[in-house]
Amino acid sequence: MNDLAAPAQAQPVTATGVRTKIEVRNLDFYYNRFHALKSISMDIPERKVTAIIGPSGCGKSTLLRVFNRIYAMYPKLRAEGSVALDGENVLDPGYSMNRLRTKVGMVFQKPVPFPMTIYENVAYGIRHHERLKRRQMDERVEEALHQAALWDEVKDKLKQSALGLSGGQQQRLCIARGIALRPEVLLLDEPTSALDPIATSRIEQLVEELKKTYTIVIVTHNMQQAARVSDYTAFMYMGELIEFGNAEKIFTKPDKKQTEDYITGRFG
Amino acid sequence: MAINIYTRRSAANILAMLLGGIATVIGLVFLAWILWVTLKNGFSALNLNLFTKITAYGSDGGLANAIVGSVGMDLLALLICAPIGVMAGTYLAEYATRSKLGATIRFLNDILLSAPSIVLGLFVYVIIVVPMSNMTNGAVSFSGLAGSIALALIGLPVIVRTTDEMLQLVPGTLREAALSLGIPQWKLTVQVLIRAATSGILTGVLLALARLAGETAPLLFTAFGNNFMTYSPLAKTASLPVAIYQYTNDPSPAMHAIAWAGALLITLFVLTLSLLTRLFFARKKVSYE
Repeated sequence: MNDLAAPAQAQPVTATGVRTKIEVRNLDFYYNRFHALKSISMDIPERKVTAIIGPSGCGKSTLLRVFNRIYAMYPKLRAEGSVALDGENVLDPGYSMNRLRTKVGMVFQKPVPFPMTIYENVAYGIRHHERLKRRQMDERVEEALHQAALWDEVKDKLKQSALGLSGGQQQRLCIARGIALRPEVLLLDEPTSALDPIATSRIEQLVEELKKTYTIVIVTHNMQQAARVSDYTAFMYMGELIEFGNAEKIFTKPDKKQTEDYITGRFG
Repeated sequence: MAINIYTRRSAANILAMLLGGIATVIGLVFLAWILWVTLKNGFSALNLNLFTKITAYGSDGGLANAIVGSVGMDLLALLICAPIGVMAGTYLAEYATRSKLGATIRFLNDILLSAPSIVLGLFVYVIIVVPMSNMTNGAVSFSGLAGSIALALIGLPVIVRTTDEMLQLVPGTLREAALSLGIPQWKLTVQVLIRAATSGILTGVLLALARLAGETAPLLFTAFGNNFMTYSPLAKTASLPVAIYQYTNDPSPAMHAIAWAGALLITLFVLTLSLLTRLFFARKKVSYE
């Protein structure tokens, strides 16, 4: 047990050679009195895929949910420390929620299309932030659906309810909905855990495609997936960031024994 | 251990099934019986006079004024309680889920749900009928409006409760998804959540209508009754349940027949509403699990 309760890292674990998009420093998070994240410091590189892995309850989803402050909708949750997006601390109450959420999009574990048409699902978010003419809106919706690799499948039924799509299509629609706001960061919270293998591989290809434009942070409990899609991988355990670095290194010769134990399936 | 454990279990199983089956049959027999008696007596008393003549003609008359009064008051009641109920239910589900205030309101709403309807009638009598009569020197006392308000009090808790429950059934992830797009809470509630729960909320409204359409007691001291046709919400107003109540107290068999016909009308109305409710709910299951 002793080596698991390692002291909090004072120095951030960094990925070298790339610009940092999100700079996390001494981040602590509390669910009421439960200390869920313990002094996390890490630099998330721009336009790369960063995967966060770790056993259930290790805090990986919690960490992701701090990045766009979605946790703030529930009472009694509290984050301390700093999460700087392009140098500005998003945890600062003065950082506008609207601004943050246009910059940071999120896709959830289960596909949750709105009870509207396919077109409206994508247009709804845009409409809240921008006033667009019909033509421009059509273009934006098409662009987002193209980027999410869904356009060809839905172009003839844009006016139909989104609830009629398959699970994989719904999830890509949710991705389209997120990128329609032209964010800079895309947070994916176990985006394929409710999907079948074919839909999963489509999403993974999509992530590969999207990282050219966006900084992607993906939480997954599927280690093969993390190895396949990520450039950088973070391993978390019991609220602490154990190791963070180049994905290849983490998966082949990690520095920490705990990481190795988890990756080789000895626990978790 | 004389008897095999499996024999014992299957004996217990048969016994439980038997008791459950008997209970179900007893319940259904009475329902079928009530329906049968109403249909038999009602259909034999149905005629055109029912819809064209007013109650003033007694046994030669019909229920035209009572039908108009009932439809008018039921709709007005629904107009009053549906918006309030939906908004209150929305408040409970979206803004007061875990708060003490929300729990208190829910508890009070449940009390209103099971309050004796005659008490609600008396309440409206005291706070609406009497003051109105005093203000107008007796020109306006019992009125269709007062009747509608009493009926609205019957329907209100039903709508509050179903709206609250239906909104809570909407997955929390839908809320998170909308908030993560920067959509503010009020827009999320009005444009996403209520839309996702529409069929459920509509079901609640229809259930409330079915419930208040059959009420007699709240109307006795509020709408009172009227033997003539009236379209004014400030006049004493006839209604089907009250007309049935009065006609069954009459010794004449001809009056009883009209009462049966009225009972049939209400039953068919409520039955139709129940079927519509089923329909909405069936559609809901297909579109949103």
